[in-house]
Amino acid sequence: MAKLHVSTTINGEPAEFLCEPNDTMLDALRGQLGLTGSKEGCASGDCGACSITLDDRLVCSCLMLAVEAEGHELGTIEGMAHGDKLHPLQQKFLELAALQCGICTSGMLVASDALLRKNPRPSEEEVRFWLAGNLCRCTGYDKIVRAVLETAAEMREQGIKESVQ
Amino acid sequence: MTELRYLAPDTLDEAIGAFAAAGSAARILAGGTDLLVQMRAGSVKPGVIVDIKKIAEMTAIEQTADGSFRIGAAVSGAVLSEHPRFGKVWPGVLEAVNLIGSTQVQGRASAGGNLCNGSPAGDSVPAMVAAGATVTLQGPNGRRELPVEQVPAGPGRLNLLPGEILVSFTLPPRPKGSSDAYLRMIPRTEMDIAVVGVGVSLTLMDGLCTAARVGLGAVAPTVLLVEAAAKALIGSKLDDAALNAAASACSAACLPIDDKRGTIAYRTKVAGVLLKRTVAIAASRAERN
Repeated sequence: MAKLHVSTTINGEPAEFLCEPNDTMLDALRGQLGLTGSKEGCASGDCGACSITLDDRLVCSCLMLAVEAEGHELGTIEGMAHGDKLHPLQQKFLELAALQCGICTSGMLVASDALLRKNPRPSEEEVRFWLAGNLCRCTGYDKIVRAVLETAAEMREQGIKESVQ
Repeated sequence: MTELRYLAPDTLDEAIGAFAAAGSAARILAGGTDLLVQMRAGSVKPGVIVDIKKIAEMTAIEQTADGSFRIGAAVSGAVLSEHPRFGKVWPGVLEAVNLIGSTQVQGRASAGGNLCNGSPAGDSVPAMVAAGATVTLQGPNGRRELPVEQVPAGPGRLNLLPGEILVSFTLPPRPKGSSDAYLRMIPRTEMDIAVVGVGVSLTLMDGLCTAARVGLGAVAPTVLLVEAAAKALIGSKLDDAALNAAASACSAACLPIDDKRGTIAYRTKVAGVLLKRTVAIAASRAERN
């Protein structure tokens, strides 16, 4: 059977790819599209390492069929920095060492960005609940939570309303 | 190996035609948060996937003139939580739907999928049962309505006819002084499966409980409507005697399993405890309405 042709938008740019009907979006991103920033941890929606946005809504790309991307807009970790200029969340994760092995990091960043777009002034509890679906086996989470809260405070201070598409 | 076909029809008629034609090989795709996991695990090998999210009725939330809500089967938890009025009228149903999985899962998972997955521990189901919600089903032989509590037949099994698709939930109009609540017991604070889940919907008039429904999850092969518990609450001022009687009715209704999350004795006891706590939340909300 012929592969399915999908036309979509990824990080603001039009993108096309071919896929099998049972390919997940994560398969297509990491395979056909060569966007390997999204990681596969559990492949069952538990760990959040494959987090992307689908029409600005945070989802696990492992729980989405690639063919479902047709006509929609995806956002991945690759769209977060502006060229060499890191997103404030990325910069803060580095400054606070909010990562060790890095497998969870792109998912943490995509999820945190989605939170700050929705809620620029989250409480610590809100950050922890929002990120409950992003597992990290290294950091113990405190540095990650602190990095998100500090980034939120700095972005509010600097009036950075829009993060990178 | 059978080839998998993916279909995303724009109309319900097309979806039912394709779904019915493919028989037991077909699966409905709403949020996919159960289906894709089952496919990955190899426990489900569909020949046809019918994605229902392009069907307008499946993704719509409507409030009719009489105040009732109609929620499309594929509406995600995140979308439902952003509705300007739904959570004010049905805070218990909303909190139950929003307990399903993580933020990422909420972006996709639907109450329709939660019901059709057939888990006795599905969080939204006891709250929907308590709310007196009905579902609209459509199949090759037309439409019918069914109370939510009559949809599950057992773990992973539904009382749906061949080719039938869950289209929407209808939640009834709310009299003044009404509200609802949902509580679940889990060993941790987030991201777990209910050991017991209790949904309560009630109406208070001058402190007197004039209507109540109780839904109980994770303690029997299907989510239960506990009429004896509701009966104990109705006509009372939610005093200790009434609450104790309702709690005993919940414990008596339990037919649970022993597993790593909780023993039979624990689940049976917690069902009563949670009932009291859930009533207290629903009542404090109802007093403000």
